[in-house]
Amino acid sequence: MKQFASLWAKAPAANRIAAAFVGFWLLLALAGPWLAPHPVGAFVDEDVFSGLSARFWLGSDYLGRDVLSRLLYGTRYTVVLGLGAALLASLCGTSIALAASLCGGRVDEVISRLMDTLISIPSKILALVLVAACGSSLPLLLLICALTYVPGNFRIARALAMNLAALDFVAAARARGEGKWAIAWHEVLPNMVHPLLADLGLRFVFVVLLLSGLSFLGLGVQPPYADLGSLVRENISGLTEGAPAILAPALAIALLTVGTNLLIDAMKPEGQ
Amino acid sequence: MVGGMSGSHRQQSLWPLLLRRIGSALVTLIMVSVVIFALAGLLPGDAAQEALGQSATPEQVAALRHEMGLDQPAPVRYAQWLAGMARADAGQSLVAGMPVAEIIAERLPNTLMLAGMTAALAVPLALAMGITAAIRRGSWIDRAINLASLSMVALPEFLVATLGVLLFCVKLMWLPSLAMVSAEATWSETLRSCALPILSLTVVVVAQMARMTRAAIADQLDRPYVEMARLKGASLSRVVLGHVLPNCLGPIVNAMALSLSYLMGGAIIVETIFNFPGLASLMVNAVTSRDMPLLQACAMIFCSAYLLLMLAADMVALIANPRLRAQ
Repeated sequence: MKQFASLWAKAPAANRIAAAFVGFWLLLALAGPWLAPHPVGAFVDEDVFSGLSARFWLGSDYLGRDVLSRLLYGTRYTVVLGLGAALLASLCGTSIALAASLCGGRVDEVISRLMDTLISIPSKILALVLVAACGSSLPLLLLICALTYVPGNFRIARALAMNLAALDFVAAARARGEGKWAIAWHEVLPNMVHPLLADLGLRFVFVVLLLSGLSFLGLGVQPPYADLGSLVRENISGLTEGAPAILAPALAIALLTVGTNLLIDAMKPEGQ
Repeated sequence: MVGGMSGSHRQQSLWPLLLRRIGSALVTLIMVSVVIFALAGLLPGDAAQEALGQSATPEQVAALRHEMGLDQPAPVRYAQWLAGMARADAGQSLVAGMPVAEIIAERLPNTLMLAGMTAALAVPLALAMGITAAIRRGSWIDRAINLASLSMVALPEFLVATLGVLLFCVKLMWLPSLAMVSAEATWSETLRSCALPILSLTVVVVAQMARMTRAAIADQLDRPYVEMARLKGASLSRVVLGHVLPNCLGPIVNAMALSLSYLMGGAIIVETIFNFPGLASLMVNAVTSRDMPLLQACAMIFCSAYLLLMLAADMVALIANPRLRAQ
């Protein structure tokens, strides 16, 4: 905690703003349902697509539901699914990369070739084919988004692991007679953490964009659940009126992804 | 990349390298086709059952399965499908009941037109942004471009598109909110109705290209040869355009190819919002109606486009930079 506080005090203003921003979203995702002023599915306004007012901060949607409440619930699905899928993708990609780089030879060749194949299928296309083949329940969506971004993480993690495996301290560990997995866990992995964290943030941005894109097309999160992308989709008829019901969720996604992206950039070590 | 041209390095001739690169792209394409075919096989139920409905007797289903070739083992079906794709015959659409090739032939020119016009706008813009930011490193304009491109990379397409519609269609009423494409329309009509899709896609792809351009050029500007050329009295624009740009053509073209490949399959959301009759929205329809032959064909086209663009970028890099040919 103390370490964190000193880190916070030393950080430049841009980092602090970006970090506060991302923290704000995580907080919303956690506490959203308790903050929501109205029940999420209730028709509380007689008017549809009403503007900003004291009672409905972000207006009402196409059925007269409170946009702010729906937004707070939707944020939870977007953030949790995005974070879950990004973590899963990084975990799988990095584990496979470590295994490939340490086994080397045939194993590495086969795995790398397979990943190269998957990476040459554009991510949205791969996700669409997977959704068509498997369906789009919440756990499936998480798996699909994770699988789509495994190859990208694998590529980065493998390059990092390959560079590290050629260094002297790994050779020394080998000479000491340590096993493959001990080397992967104690020697290689700790030195990859920083770039991998940046990659995790980037995957999170990609997953959120992919997931809300799928939901926007009606292929992602299905009713009765609604993430931020579904909120944009269901209120698309309010576009010609410029209703806050469609702009608010779209802006929310943008603030989440742009904020994360700026944080990643701000955290980059100097000189890169 | 750093490999020098000292005597021990043998310069390879260009053609074997290019041929090897083409061969490797073909192998990847075939592996991609296996993946797509296998994924489509995960689909629960089969096309014969779906075509006949719930009331069909098992004998009818079995007969249709035989007729459609679905009772053959997967490798045989894969070989037939691949042979069909090679002859540009992607089979019969399950939903529309017409050949997939015909449906695609109708949409593909629209997608290529949209991608081409977006590229014509986005590539010069990205080059201008990247070069400006690289030359003025550390200035306010560099920081502004950096901030703008960082934000644009993470912007969801539907926000860009909805803001565009709000501004240009609802408030200013300059442009139509639906993209009509027809053979009778004149060029200016087509351009007007496609302006918003083009602008939205440009916002989406320009940022990454600009960032990569800036990184590639900024990396070169520190080299001694740039200082030498400046000391000789060459103007900055001449140094950048005549000396630096050719040297970082490889990475820049690579970034361009990556971003432009996005214009084919990645245009899904923009096409949907503006009701643009392109290939990507066709693929979304294929997903919702579970029309697997159509879906497979679209996926193969997008993957081929990606591989083709990456291949082209690699070739440009090989031709532009002799050091990549050194062994």
